[in-house]
Amino acid sequence: MAQTLYDKLWDAHLVKQRDDGTALIYIDRHLLHEVTSPQAFEGLRLANRKPWRLNANLATPDHNVPTTLKERAQGVSGIEDETSRIQVQTLDDNCDEFGITEFKINDLRQGIVHVVGPEQGATLPGMTLVCGDSHTATHGAFAALAHGVGTSEVEHVLATQCLIQRKMKNLLIQVDGELQPGVTAKDIILAVIGEIGTAGGTGYAMEFAGSAISSLSMEGRMTICNMAIEAGARVGLVGCDQITLDYVKGRPFAPKGEQWDQAVAYWNTLHSDADAVFDKVVKLDAASIEPQVSWGTSPEMVVAVNGRVPDPAKAADENLRKSWEAALKYMGLKPNQAITDIQLDRVFIGSCTNSRIEDLRAAAEVAKGRKVAATLKQALVVPGSGLVKQQAEEEGLDKIFIEAGFEWREPGCSMCLAMNADKLGQGEHCASTSNRNFEGRQGYGGRTHLVSPAMAAAAAIAGHFVDVREF
Amino acid sequence: MQKFTQLNGLVAPLDRANVDTDLIIPKQFLKSIKRTGFGPNLFDELRYLDEGFPGQDCSQRPLNPDFVLNQPRFQQSEVLLSRQNFGCGSSREHAPWALVDYGFRAVIAPSFADIFFNNAPKNGLLLIQLDENTVDRLFNEVNASEGYRLLIDLPAQTVTTPSGEVLRFEMDPFRKHCLIEGLDDIGITLQDADAIKAYEAKQAAHTPWIFN
Ligand code: SF4
Repeated sequence: MAQTLYDKLWDAHLVKQRDDGTALIYIDRHLLHEVTSPQAFEGLRLANRKPWRLNANLATPDHNVPTTLKERAQGVSGIEDETSRIQVQTLDDNCDEFGITEFKINDLRQGIVHVVGPEQGATLPGMTLVCGDSHTATHGAFAALAHGVGTSEVEHVLATQCLIQRKMKNLLIQVDGELQPGVTAKDIILAVIGEIGTAGGTGYAMEFAGSAISSLSMEGRMTICNMAIEAGARVGLVGCDQITLDYVKGRPFAPKGEQWDQAVAYWNTLHSDADAVFDKVVKLDAASIEPQVSWGTSPEMVVAVNGRVPDPAKAADENLRKSWEAALKYMGLKPNQAITDIQLDRVFIGSCTNSRIEDLRAAAEVAKGRKVAATLKQALVVPGSGLVKQQAEEEGLDKIFIEAGFEWREPGCSMCLAMNADKLGQGEHCASTSNRNFEGRQGYGGRTHLVSPAMAAAAAIAGHFVDVREF
Repeated sequence: MQKFTQLNGLVAPLDRANVDTDLIIPKQFLKSIKRTGFGPNLFDELRYLDEGFPGQDCSQRPLNPDFVLNQPRFQQSEVLLSRQNFGCGSSREHAPWALVDYGFRAVIAPSFADIFFNNAPKNGLLLIQLDENTVDRLFNEVNASEGYRLLIDLPAQTVTTPSGEVLRFEMDPFRKHCLIEGLDDIGITLQDADAIKAYEAKQAAHTPWIFN
């Protein structure tokens, strides 16, 4: 019978189907970070349990780590905020105690867990992969079944290498055609979320396919799968092809020699069959997608850069009107205001959505030879990992950014969620390449606008949003 | 998880309806990286006269003499008797963690809030629902006699009072099984350890690189 990619991955990891409709699913790879793991390790200790399979686990601190050289210089002990320091130290202690491989704070390989996994080849096609973080969907770009879990499930995976799951339904997002120059993977996913809404994918595994997806690089595909959760889907997926194989080959954790050949033979089957049936299909025309900017407090509140903030008076129903009004109030925007009229206070280029080398290249290309607007308080570039940072420096991107007036930082989650010192002030508008524009996400009272790296860089130069296609 | 079969436990009466999880363990203690050590801060706002913060030495803090758990006769109590809708409010699993860490093994009340009702048994805490009149009567008996104990028999689903009265309670068979065997979700999954190992053995031939 014809199967979807999700069906294939599910079947390949089914340990046991239970009578109550749940299934025991085997987990190949488990990524850990400092925020959601401490109680899980504590649970293991209390129950006198050991991790089931040590080499399934890989850890790195990312959420709490400071991004200034000054604070990073002394490693963990230099972290000024006490709760942050304790969390990072606890991850180190737990990994040392249980024997889990960890890229510690100033290891060159440290970074945002969703950047590190693929970069190391720890994320491989055909795997089941989980992490105590909702953006684990990122890894689905490799035809891997990947999703976020809670702390009790982190412990469950550590102890049993399995999770108790119920099968999801299949959703296909088909994007065909060619993107306009200046339009990126980030704009595709923001447009998808704008189209189906933040609950559109709830209960589904969301596969992205079509010519616009298959012509994307792995980094672009990761950006898309990363935000599947923002459309309500815990799982995002892209089928395996030559681009996937080329990316994975030679990475430290990837199979080598004979095993590589064996792996490729298997991985080449990891795509939905041509006649596979999906429970729901959504189609988008790539050529008509324009650079996107979010105006509100939910990722579905997006418009094209040459559009306007919506008018609540024109909302289709009462609930929508209320949510638009509340969002406009929080964001300090007026109905029908042009997006390009929004004045910015800060710009953030980073996060697990857009902090990889191609993202930094795209931003640097725009910033090259220009200056950050004098009206901006800060423009930050935070690479996703130590290796991304090193690569960028080899290419001279750091100099381009610094000359233009951007700050060049050490790797971590940074202003994506503002658990460290990088925060928005109250009422400040920020063009951000991250994934969530919830109230207070980037700092108390902060106002986030989600955009692509090129759009963020252009906005930093202009001091307000501009259409990067005309920049 | 600690197994629960029989318990002959000292009873502490918390005569209050809608005990919420904020009251059980206030938010400032959620920053902890542990799921143990919440016992000294259980009912922090009721128990102490000053404001609590994480990392404090609670033995130096002024106790509220009126609070039930501070009275000498209720020291070492293992059964908490309370009123309806116990455990309402935030979903924090820190609430059952704190009750267990303090030393409680069972809570008796006329009703429990949903999320707490799910969380508690996962942490070995037995919740016993008895009708309002019976709970009322138990409150009177506890208050009247010092050293009041209840004999809880989970396999038989009974609570026996010091006078020999036997009270039956309802219990979901799956939860009962887990508590008696001391099985948390992990414990249950580990009952399938052979199936997991068989799966790994099969996959080791098919996808050996996963196990490198
Ligand atoms: S970069 Fe942001 S979204 Fe990604 S893992 Fe870190 S905090 Fe979460």
